[in-house]
Amino acid sequence: MYKRSLQLVLILVVAFTMLGAGAPSTRFDHLGHKLMCTCGCSEILLECNHVGCPNSTGEIADLHTQMDAGVSDAGIFKFFAAKYGPTVLASPVRGGFDNAAWIVPFAVFILGILGIVLLLRLWQRRDARLAAALPSAPPTPDADALRDRIRNETKYGE
Amino acid sequence: MSHPMPLFGSFSLLLALVLCIYTLLSGALSLWAIAHGRVLAIAPERLRETSRRAGLASFIAVSCAAFALIWAAFTNDFSVDYILHHTSRALPWYYKFSALWSGQEGSLLLWAWLLAGYGFVLRLRHKTDITLTAYASTILSAIQIFFVLLVVFVAPPFALVPGGVAPADGFGLNPLLQYAEMVIHPPLLYLGYVGFSIPFAFALGALMMRYPGEKWIQITRRWTMVTWLFLTCGIILGMHWAYAVLGWGGYWGWDPVENASLMPWLTGTAFLHSVMMQEKRGMMKGWNVWLIFVTFMLTILGTLLTRSGLVSSVHAFAQSSIGDWFVGFLVLTLAVCLFTFLYQRDHLRAENHLESLVSRESSFLFNNLVLLAACFTVLWGTLFPVLSEFVQGSKVTMGAPFYNRVTVPIGLFLIFLTGVGPLLAWRSTSLRAIRRNFILPCSVILVTAIALMLCGVRPWRDDDATSGIYALVCFALSAGVITAIIAEFLRGARVVSTQTGKNLVASTLLLTRRNTRRYGGYLIHFGIVVMFIGLAGSAFNQSKEAEMSFGDSMQLNGYNVVCQSYSQDSNANYDSEFALLDVFHNGKKITRLAPERRVYFANTDHAQPSTIVAIHSTLASDLYVVFEGTNPANDKPIIKVFINPLVNWIWGGIVIVIFGTLVALVPPLKTATRRVEVPSPLTAVPLTPDAALGGFARSTVPIAPEGPHV
Repeated sequence: MYKRSLQLVLILVVAFTMLGAGAPSTRFDHLGHKLMCTCGCSEILLECNHVGCPNSTGEIADLHTQMDAGVSDAGIFKFFAAKYGPTVLASPVRGGFDNAAWIVPFAVFILGILGIVLLLRLWQRRDARLAAALPSAPPTPDADALRDRIRNETKYGE
Repeated sequence: MSHPMPLFGSFSLLLALVLCIYTLLSGALSLWAIAHGRVLAIAPERLRETSRRAGLASFIAVSCAAFALIWAAFTNDFSVDYILHHTSRALPWYYKFSALWSGQEGSLLLWAWLLAGYGFVLRLRHKTDITLTAYASTILSAIQIFFVLLVVFVAPPFALVPGGVAPADGFGLNPLLQYAEMVIHPPLLYLGYVGFSIPFAFALGALMMRYPGEKWIQITRRWTMVTWLFLTCGIILGMHWAYAVLGWGGYWGWDPVENASLMPWLTGTAFLHSVMMQEKRGMMKGWNVWLIFVTFMLTILGTLLTRSGLVSSVHAFAQSSIGDWFVGFLVLTLAVCLFTFLYQRDHLRAENHLESLVSRESSFLFNNLVLLAACFTVLWGTLFPVLSEFVQGSKVTMGAPFYNRVTVPIGLFLIFLTGVGPLLAWRSTSLRAIRRNFILPCSVILVTAIALMLCGVRPWRDDDATSGIYALVCFALSAGVITAIIAEFLRGARVVSTQTGKNLVASTLLLTRRNTRRYGGYLIHFGIVVMFIGLAGSAFNQSKEAEMSFGDSMQLNGYNVVCQSYSQDSNANYDSEFALLDVFHNGKKITRLAPERRVYFANTDHAQPSTIVAIHSTLASDLYVVFEGTNPANDKPIIKVFINPLVNWIWGGIVIVIFGTLVALVPPLKTATRRVEVPSPLTAVPLTPDAALGGFARSTVPIAPEGPHV
């Protein structure tokens, strides 16, 4: 029964994920949010709200021109970086050293997880060695129950 | 005497400097004499007391200086250069007060004042632990010296205008700062930044004196929580200010200065979790000490970033040599921390180690890892432009796309741990307990995900699917975590209800009062999860911009915005133009909005106009309307409308976080006790660390509810 229910849930998930569609955002929106306005407002190109901004109007026109010419996303970024400087890209996407920006945080995170697992193993081994060296008390059900109760009743501010 | 108040202020600061130096020297000498049993001309205990009193007096001296600057602002004393540049005659009184922190010199004075204030409270409460407080007071005085030195010699707030002749009027306050929240956002943020000096001083002091036991953590717990709360509120108020004033439709722009406030918050949060392991299991002592050291250093780093011009930021003060002072202080702090840690590291040996990967301890460890990874990512993103310039010769922008892609998965993992951690037992958790505790939250996660997909949340169909998918995962995980929290409350409340016969609501209240720290913590988790739901809503933001003359309308997501009129107004401080817009939803008029744009003509120093956004808020979404200005070609107003889903959940979440923190700060209700005679079979058991607990067997034990733990 449990297995059947799980199968049903999985089928429903797959079925509903394949149905319908959300509102598609345009490529213009997508690219316009990966570029910066260069007027000094430090805002995303399509979020610059300065009326008569000297830069964003020209940049938006350039974006339309490049898209109309069928240039790929990478080509458009290259064009903008060449024309306005690399700071026009809202994130480092030029390859080379820019890749370090993306890789390093995840690498540090994964190394941290590995570090914790290794540390845990080290401690477990050491504790096992120490435990083997100490004489152990024969556990009794009553003692275990009492110890659990004492732990419960004396725990503070968990 | 032509300028009495500036002179009074300057003298007060000099006096404060002398008092702080005395506090440091006499404190250090007395503590050294006490620790080594040396005899001085004066009894070391008396010398220590004079040090404490000098520390108390330093607060009064810095308060006098702050009062002098505020007085100068209120009396339009434009002979003071700082007042000239940050106030004007037309400025309302409450903004004149906020001028205290609107420039570099004033904000450094505020920092020194708050630091002295925290020190004042610490020194007043010295009887908690006289020796430890003396160490903390001495360390704090060293930090005070640095900030007072800055305001005396490097950035003096009482410097007179060249020639000493006051102009008729000042340049006014930056228009972006003329907003009600700006009167409280910076002081709260500073209270958060500065407050971390106290746990830092206690931690360093405890390490220096080889403080026995973990009492220093209990002493600093409230300090840390209050500081953390201030910082949280400061950050959220900053977000709300950005949302309501800057007019770009968002609340967090990943600006270096925003990042600088987030980093100590992340490490401070990690510290608050991690110290529990030290309190309960005697673990992670060195780690905790470093967490609070790093948190303090990050507050200094944030200030360095703001003031040195190292990274470009819309918040940053003009580039100045003051950054060098902060670098020097940071290096000195690091050196002192490192030396003390290495010298006393044997004192930090752990009493226990982690026994299982599936335990409360490991969840804290992973929680710390995630928070530190998030902090590292923010720091990395903030400093990468500098690194890129060094390596490639060109700066790059680290904008929202970078942070959203890198930090959001880390954030989701954090929500996951928020749900998992409290369901695990200390030391280790059995498979049966995992199954029992996790089945309900996991089911809720699955059901929520399916329900959302049924309701049309299918982001993988979008061109840019990533943010939508993240949002979907966030909603589902959040539902699971909230379920887990509610289940924890209910489980405990049922036990209390059985024991006391009270109803479930009364039992929940009693349960919370009995363990305020634990259940306050759950409330904080609940608030954070609610905030995450609000943040995830940004994945579904929509916007539209149009020129709108009288009678024109704009449709967006079921709303119909109709322009009724637009007009202009003027007062002594600014000119404004605004539009009057009627908002209809499903054909019914629901409100009238008046987005505004102001130009502060008294302000010649900061000529940019300011936006006052009009917002119609509901729990589901915000209708956010910006008056962007008028088209110079045809004079038509340009209106931009945003639909920002779930933004109110962020502000609601912070209210829950504040409430939860206040609950956690309340001392727990002491439970009644009675003598229970238990026949002890433990007498036959040889003494092992666990069996040592048998000492309780014939003692008085509290009649506490059966713990709802696994």
